[in-house]
Amino acid sequence: MNVPVLPSGVRLHEDRVRNCIVLLGPERALLLDASGTAILNAVDGVRSMAEIAQELAQRFGAPLDAVRTDVEGFLKDLAARRLVDIV
Amino acid sequence: MSDIPAPIAMLAELTHRCPLSCPYCSNPLEMVRGAQEMPTEIWADVFAQAARLGVLQLHLSGGEPAARRDLPELVADARAAGLYVNLITSGIGLTAARLDALEAAGLDHVQLSLQGVRASTADRIGGYKGGFDRKMDLARLIADRGLALTINAVMHRTNLDDLPRMIEMARDLGARRIEIACVQFYGWALKNRAGLQPSRAQVDQAKAIVAAARADSNGRLVIDFVPPDYYADYPKSCMGGWGSTGLNIAPDGTVLPCHAAQTLEHLEFQNVQQTALADIWYRGAAFNAYRGNAWMPEPCQSCPRKALDHGGCRCQALALTGDAAATDPVCRKSPDRAKVDALLAEGETGTDADWVYRMSPV
Repeated sequence: MNVPVLPSGVRLHEDRVRNCIVLLGPERALLLDASGTAILNAVDGVRSMAEIAQELAQRFGAPLDAVRTDVEGFLKDLAARRLVDIV
Repeated sequence: MSDIPAPIAMLAELTHRCPLSCPYCSNPLEMVRGAQEMPTEIWADVFAQAARLGVLQLHLSGGEPAARRDLPELVADARAAGLYVNLITSGIGLTAARLDALEAAGLDHVQLSLQGVRASTADRIGGYKGGFDRKMDLARLIADRGLALTINAVMHRTNLDDLPRMIEMARDLGARRIEIACVQFYGWALKNRAGLQPSRAQVDQAKAIVAAARADSNGRLVIDFVPPDYYADYPKSCMGGWGSTGLNIAPDGTVLPCHAAQTLEHLEFQNVQQTALADIWYRGAAFNAYRGNAWMPEPCQSCPRKALDHGGCRCQALALTGDAAATDPVCRKSPDRAKVDALLAEGETGTDADWVYRMSPV
């Protein structure tokens, strides 16, 4: 439940020219910041959004509530653009 | 490299050969013959150069790219270069076996064009009998493989009223995205404008249908919509600005700022078989001709919208005003707007019986 997954046709790419990670999809290229990169790197098709938030909160020593809001907001926005599926 | 941004997308016209003969084809009136097409290894080198330059997305197009026997190899080369590979196809020439080969080569996404929602209309527009049924079969093969699919619907007077069914079909075929592109009038489409131009009522209705479908689809189907710009008050941001986000390679290696740029005959376009892609992008005279704001005339120069629309489209300015450096005449502030209004007022003088179909080069 509430497991984010990158659908077919969407993938992460290391952009060595712009020195950042990019999310590539149909006619879309999103240059990610550090937080977007950390969230999408944690998307493995197994962990739920809550589990991802927990891991990131722990790793960065940040308050869980704030991290969960960020993670869910970010992934739901991508889901509305069909760049992430939440299953 | 100063303040010139690196390009994000590249359209590779692998061939101008095509089994379809749509009267609004985006290829130039003067097409490249098969014998002049670049071979596999040169395309592979161009893909590698593009990736080093900063290109992220590669659109393999034509003509019909499936007319190239080496298509799977080209896809593999592009993936090896680090590019996201999108195939823009009519579907004709693709079989289950070829789809398997493309998938194995790493194809990221397929953009399948539909000319209409039923065989009778679609096959007449594409000038290819049986094309519609083959596209339906192919869409199912794509869905079976779980390949990401966009339906590319080119709309004009003859099929714009079928828009609701077109959106429904895209959903039924398993597409995650539909690109509804109203014909823009360049090259073949300009030649056939009188028989293609939709009425204002059709366009207004299409906008309402798109708005309702977006609200209704709730993230299940992404809808990109390009209305015909003649009815707009301000010009489109053509290519996101000349030489700023994308470039186009013709089958013979000619490098263009957009697919219609060869109509700008006063410019000299360089060839990637003679000059490195980075040189052409950063230092080529054609790419610098309309880059930035310095070239702009009034009313663009003092207009706050210049950062949004970059003066509009150079090809349209030339085609309708005779001056490629003029403000896009679609703009309400352009002294030439009357020329666009005159075309609109001519209205539906032509019919689809007058269409001139494109012919495939040999």
